[in-house]
Amino acid sequence: MHNKSLRELAQGLGNNDFSSVELTQYFLDRIEANKDINAFITVDRDTSLQQAAEADKLLAAGNSGVLTGIPLAHKDIFCTDGLRTSCGSQMLDNFIAPYNATVIQKFRQAGSVTLGKTNMDEFAMGSSNETSFYGSVLNPWDKDRVPGGSSGGSAAAVAAQLAPAATGTDTGGSIRQPASFCGLTGLKPSYGRVSRYGMIAFASSLDQAGPMTRSAEDAAIMLQTMSGFDERDSTSMDVPVPDYSADLEKDLQGLKIGMPIEFFNTDLDSEIASITIGALREYEKMGAELVEISLPNSHLSVPCYYVLAPAEASSNLSRFDGVRYGYRTAEFEDLLDMYKKTRAEGFGEEVKRRIMIGTYALSAGYYDAYYLKAQKIRRLISDDFTRAFDQCDVIAGPTAPGTAFRFGEKTDDPVAMYLNDIYTISVNLAGLPGMSLPAGMDSQNLPVGLQLIGQYFDESKLLNVAHRYQQVTDWHLRSPENS
Amino acid sequence: MEWETVIGLEIHTQLKTRSKIFSGAATAYGAEANTQACAVDLALPGVLPVMNRDAARMAVKFGLAIGARINQISIFDRKNYFYPDLPKGYQISQLELPIVGKGSITIDVNGKKKVIGVTRAHLEEDAGKSLHEDFHGMTGIDLNRAGTPLIEIVSEPDMRSAAEAVAYLKSIHSLVRYLDICDGNMQEGSFRCDANVSVRPKDQEEFGTRAELKNINSFRFVEKAIEIEVERQIDILESGGRVVQETRLYDSEKNQTRSMRSKEEANDYRYFPDPDLPQMVLEDSFIEEIRAELPELPGARCERFITEYGLSDYDAQALTASRDLADYYEQAVAILPTQPKLISNWVNGELAAGLNRDNTSITESPVTAAMLGQLVTRIDDNTISGKIAKEVFEAIWNGEGNADEIIEKRGLKQISDDSAIEPVIDEILANNTNQVEQYKAGNTKLLGFFVGQVMKATQGKANPKQVNQLLSKKLDK
Repeated sequence: MHNKSLRELAQGLGNNDFSSVELTQYFLDRIEANKDINAFITVDRDTSLQQAAEADKLLAAGNSGVLTGIPLAHKDIFCTDGLRTSCGSQMLDNFIAPYNATVIQKFRQAGSVTLGKTNMDEFAMGSSNETSFYGSVLNPWDKDRVPGGSSGGSAAAVAAQLAPAATGTDTGGSIRQPASFCGLTGLKPSYGRVSRYGMIAFASSLDQAGPMTRSAEDAAIMLQTMSGFDERDSTSMDVPVPDYSADLEKDLQGLKIGMPIEFFNTDLDSEIASITIGALREYEKMGAELVEISLPNSHLSVPCYYVLAPAEASSNLSRFDGVRYGYRTAEFEDLLDMYKKTRAEGFGEEVKRRIMIGTYALSAGYYDAYYLKAQKIRRLISDDFTRAFDQCDVIAGPTAPGTAFRFGEKTDDPVAMYLNDIYTISVNLAGLPGMSLPAGMDSQNLPVGLQLIGQYFDESKLLNVAHRYQQVTDWHLRSPENS
Repeated sequence: MEWETVIGLEIHTQLKTRSKIFSGAATAYGAEANTQACAVDLALPGVLPVMNRDAARMAVKFGLAIGARINQISIFDRKNYFYPDLPKGYQISQLELPIVGKGSITIDVNGKKKVIGVTRAHLEEDAGKSLHEDFHGMTGIDLNRAGTPLIEIVSEPDMRSAAEAVAYLKSIHSLVRYLDICDGNMQEGSFRCDANVSVRPKDQEEFGTRAELKNINSFRFVEKAIEIEVERQIDILESGGRVVQETRLYDSEKNQTRSMRSKEEANDYRYFPDPDLPQMVLEDSFIEEIRAELPELPGARCERFITEYGLSDYDAQALTASRDLADYYEQAVAILPTQPKLISNWVNGELAAGLNRDNTSITESPVTAAMLGQLVTRIDDNTISGKIAKEVFEAIWNGEGNADEIIEKRGLKQISDDSAIEPVIDEILANNTNQVEQYKAGNTKLLGFFVGQVMKATQGKANPKQVNQLLSKKLDK
């Protein structure tokens, strides 16, 4: 059952091969049996089974969609009405939202079942899931290694087949990098495609929610439900949502795939390079044409991001002050003391580091040199992509500079950790859709992801290009159990 | 040395929108604490602001009324600071590109007109309230006010006296109520003001160091606070000291200002554009629609009252100080268009006195414009004298009915019939032969005595004009 695609599960439910309650029970049991992976922060069996029972009624009434009755895992960054939303932080360890994020609401309206809330780097700040207050998540492919981050719990849950699919969020690579590390298909939509309402903000101008699945076909189904304008999010775009499954099979004859020369320079790990190029050769066989393109400012994306994202975060996280909800220090002398202790104790090291960086970048006297300059660079990076898309339809390259690394390997060196997102960050800065799909295994039998970058609001093209690859390869079908 | 005072005001004006600037929660004043704060106002994790178009509409209305430049693209910024009644840890405001740019307003101090520049007016959200009483050493937080839309109106440092500052404040106060964008209630904090005050030697071009005065939330306190602060600064300078740039709080009980924080302690607000809100774009049609809806403004209305109704500058100004009062006046004039001056005297006289005495507003006046119109009509058509009219006015005020009903009920109708007045005159002349002799001997001042006697005898109801005429006729025979 855990090998089935979303469409197969929907068929099974439709044919009465199994009920949603049975299906949900099955995955809940798998979660329980694989607790060591630590993929979930919160699981509420009773609520999940109750939702499944409701879905079974809808199914019986013939009043169902493709996701009705299908259990899904949600990153613990989405507010869920009545179910704890911790964002991986002690700060929100006791926080129960009184409302559903728009993404959650849409999945609930589609009849899907919430299996639980997945582990993540604290406030989505991290690339290894090691900053979570709830402990590290193990990579199902090698339990001595990280699953990537920040959507590491969602990635591990889907890779270990504890959930048929999951949601993630991506600010600088937080869907794509863990998808790459765990052998999944992960899609970060265009900025404005999916509502951010109820998704706890890390860096508002960069955050996007997206699906983490086992195939592009599943990703299309998930994205279909998640997408759309939301009047509660002023940055969501009022652009019609196409049928993401409609173009999956489209022929790739004549497709122009841009290879950024900057991504394939000598710094790229040779194993990653050969797997990535191997995947591109497959596309050539399908009739696509490879063209060299240049993203001349891409080397500035990491420094640019590490000014802008912390700047926004420093302000976004100000609300966690111990006054209205969440963690408050036990003893304090006065208001200032309460603020200081609450935030010193409630936040972890990486979060505090970024708040400090961001506060500094926005401070009087530094604003122009850091924040404003970074905004200008952001524009340059965005312009690079616009020019590149004059020459090609999609851009392809590596998702991450390496495969899953060992626990603790990069925790003492924040910059080494930050460089994990070197190929993904520029996509967020430009607001473009990006995707990672499994394209091979390295010598240690760890998955390697291929990144596809599309034009603004052209998720259909990305899904099409990814799906066609998955029709001629089987990397995406491999799992830690059968590999 | 002779000193010159330089004053600039920052006025926080709460906009009369039904819902908050970035959420759907209600803005009504006085609800139970924290009952008008939704998830967005509480800054729960994950919530996002959505701009209320009505707030933008009101801000544009103000901008057009002061002839200001309207910025068709404006940007919301975050002003970051920690305070318990600021739920997000930042206030959404506008720094670089406010919705309203440079404009101006004309003030009048003792008949002298002066143009005061308005630097800008920007949209922002109000904070909640910290309640320091009733919590036994703790602080209570009420977030009902959090997210209420404000425009902060920043003036140029164009005022040179406390009187000018008050005149400016009153002009803006009157304007925002004319525009129906603010209820103007200073007690409830809908209209609040901070003053930047400095002094410099007369003829010096460079500004002196300023102090920002807070907590001056009545016209009277503004005047007193500025005066006392100016005195303080002059004292310092004349004794060879230096004024420090700081924020000072006005204590109305002690009538003094005291330091809150100095420039060195000032917050670094780390302003940056709010990434949750796209830049606000105002289409031409939106602005033109608002321009078409603009009511007649106080200055223009005052001018019109002078030319159309032949009123004095003083009367016209008094009548146009508030839109409601001016509306009241024109409603009454509509009933008796031939007597605008007489009606003005009644509105600025008896009516104003009554409102003042009972501390009530024109909209709650027990004497409506229609009632006053009828009353003045009865003076005009000689049904009652002006003196009796005052008695009738009191009766209307006390709820006894309209003018006609009271005149009828109390039998106050003026006696304008010669045949009714003549016997009374004859009797009085007959009973006062002495005075008649004196009058005929040349003491014509005694006419007043006879008039008084007749009025007394008729309980004031005789038409005084006719009494005069008849008396003269009889005595001068």
